[in-house]
Amino acid sequence: MSDLFDDDEPGAGGNAPTVTISELSGAVKRAIEGGFGHVRVRAEVGRVSRPRSGHVYLDLKDDRAVLASIIWKGVASKLRTQPEEGMEVIVTGKLTTFAGQSRYQMVIESLAPAGVGALMAMLEKRRNALAAEGLFDAERKRALPFLPKVIGVVTSPSGAVIRDILHRLRDRFPREVLVWPVAVQGERCAAEVAAAIRGFNNLAPDGPIPRPDLLIVARGGGSLEDLWGFNEEIVVRAAADSQIPLISAVGHETDTTLIDFASDRRAPTPTAAAEIAVPVRAELRAALAALDERRIAGMARILRDRGDRVRAAARALPRAQTLVSDPRQRLDRAGDRLPTALGRMADRKRLALTQVAFDPARLVAHLAEPRAKLRNMSLGRAILKGLSDRQDRVKRAQLRPAGLIRMAEERRSLTTQQAQRLHRAGARILPDRARALTSLGRTLETLSYHEVLNRGFAVVHRGDELIKNPNALSAGDTLSITFADHKTTTARVEGQAASKPRAATKAPRPSSKDSGQGSLF
Amino acid sequence: MSEPKVEDLSFEQAMAELEQVVAKLERGDVALEQSITLYERGAALKKHCEKHLTAAEEKIAQITGDGEGTKPASFE
Repeated sequence: MSDLFDDDEPGAGGNAPTVTISELSGAVKRAIEGGFGHVRVRAEVGRVSRPRSGHVYLDLKDDRAVLASIIWKGVASKLRTQPEEGMEVIVTGKLTTFAGQSRYQMVIESLAPAGVGALMAMLEKRRNALAAEGLFDAERKRALPFLPKVIGVVTSPSGAVIRDILHRLRDRFPREVLVWPVAVQGERCAAEVAAAIRGFNNLAPDGPIPRPDLLIVARGGGSLEDLWGFNEEIVVRAAADSQIPLISAVGHETDTTLIDFASDRRAPTPTAAAEIAVPVRAELRAALAALDERRIAGMARILRDRGDRVRAAARALPRAQTLVSDPRQRLDRAGDRLPTALGRMADRKRLALTQVAFDPARLVAHLAEPRAKLRNMSLGRAILKGLSDRQDRVKRAQLRPAGLIRMAEERRSLTTQQAQRLHRAGARILPDRARALTSLGRTLETLSYHEVLNRGFAVVHRGDELIKNPNALSAGDTLSITFADHKTTTARVEGQAASKPRAATKAPRPSSKDSGQGSLF
Repeated sequence: MSEPKVEDLSFEQAMAELEQVVAKLERGDVALEQSITLYERGAALKKHCEKHLTAAEEKIAQITGDGEGTKPASFE
């Protein structure tokens, strides 16, 4: 080596062979891989990144140096403990280079926490942080239902845990159980457990899948690394956020994971979780039966007690005869004394009555005061005045029979006078009227055709018909001829109808009342 | 006493009320009429509790997918 450096002085052209970067990088790679084919390193985990490829890139460091590291996907999924920033770890692997970036790095084949103390310290740190957020507060704890209808269990579908839980539930109180299968260790554990808790919470209360009213998150015992998933923040947060009361039962009694702080109740084992979840049906039956017996007995005692009191009260009641005998005696005595008392009472009142003389003067005196009062009131005065006026008028207008009689006498004499005057007038009028009648009768007589008859004329009738014209006669007619002094002769017309001369002689033209008679005069 | 209908009570509520009813009956200081009401209420509560106890039936199912369905499971 010293020869090489001696020959190859700075600035001199030299005869050393020239190599490419790739050749050099390859040489370095071989040197490093050859020299550090298997190393075991204790370090603190720095920044961790997990790209979608599934490989894990992380920095391993101590206080002065950093070593870039990589965990290939296949290895990462098998790790019992996932690397986290700040974690003290012991890793094994080999060194290699990454020529593209002029880097050397470690390919990790196994990773384990650097002792339980280190892991516990980290756990404690995380617990404190979550507690500071209030996720573990007592106020967040929900009361477990006394008798859940549906129990949701988050655990591995294979293994003893779920069987233990179901067996214990069946022994105590068979319920409807929904199992949400999850990986209970390894890389997928935390994410699946958290998703299951949230999944149960997201079930609709009346959906096709019945929403549990109690959750159990369970896992059997294991190493701290095995249980690590239940320390993960997403699991703790899901448990703390659960609206459904949650029992955590992870590991054995001595194992404590962070989900135990966030759950509403921690069970030491999965079996214990089932015991916490449901009461024992047989015990409930017994308790119920005992209660019911007490109920019936209590009622019976009440009835017996009331009956006793009624009978006691009945005994204390006096006989009906006794109750009425005394009042009856009093009634009899009163009945005896009643007639005498009545008579005496009447006597006393009668005496009092005689002592009260009937004194009109006293009555008037009694009246004086109200009358004066009445007078003092204006209405009273007006009434009094009106009253006295009326009295005066009544006095003045007294009905006097003498006056009536006189009036009647006057009327009567007047009537008599009138009657006499009527009589006299009548007497005076009658002879006058008689004379006038006689005179008129005479006049009538002088005007009558009878006077004419007296002068020799006659009146011819055919039946009732007065014959004025002989032409109206026909042969065979029977005529009556009236002469003076009402003498009447019957005659018959002979020959041809109109024998004027005979007819004229025999039957002079009868007088008619108007012109005929007039012409006669 | 305006109590909720017995049918609406949970087992726990019904049991608790039954205890109260029994305690009152055992004290014996209630009116006769009220004691009869209590007695009958107690009978109804007991019947209701018994129904809860008798109706219990084991049923186990496993969630499939992302909580989108269930399938019966036995785990035996």
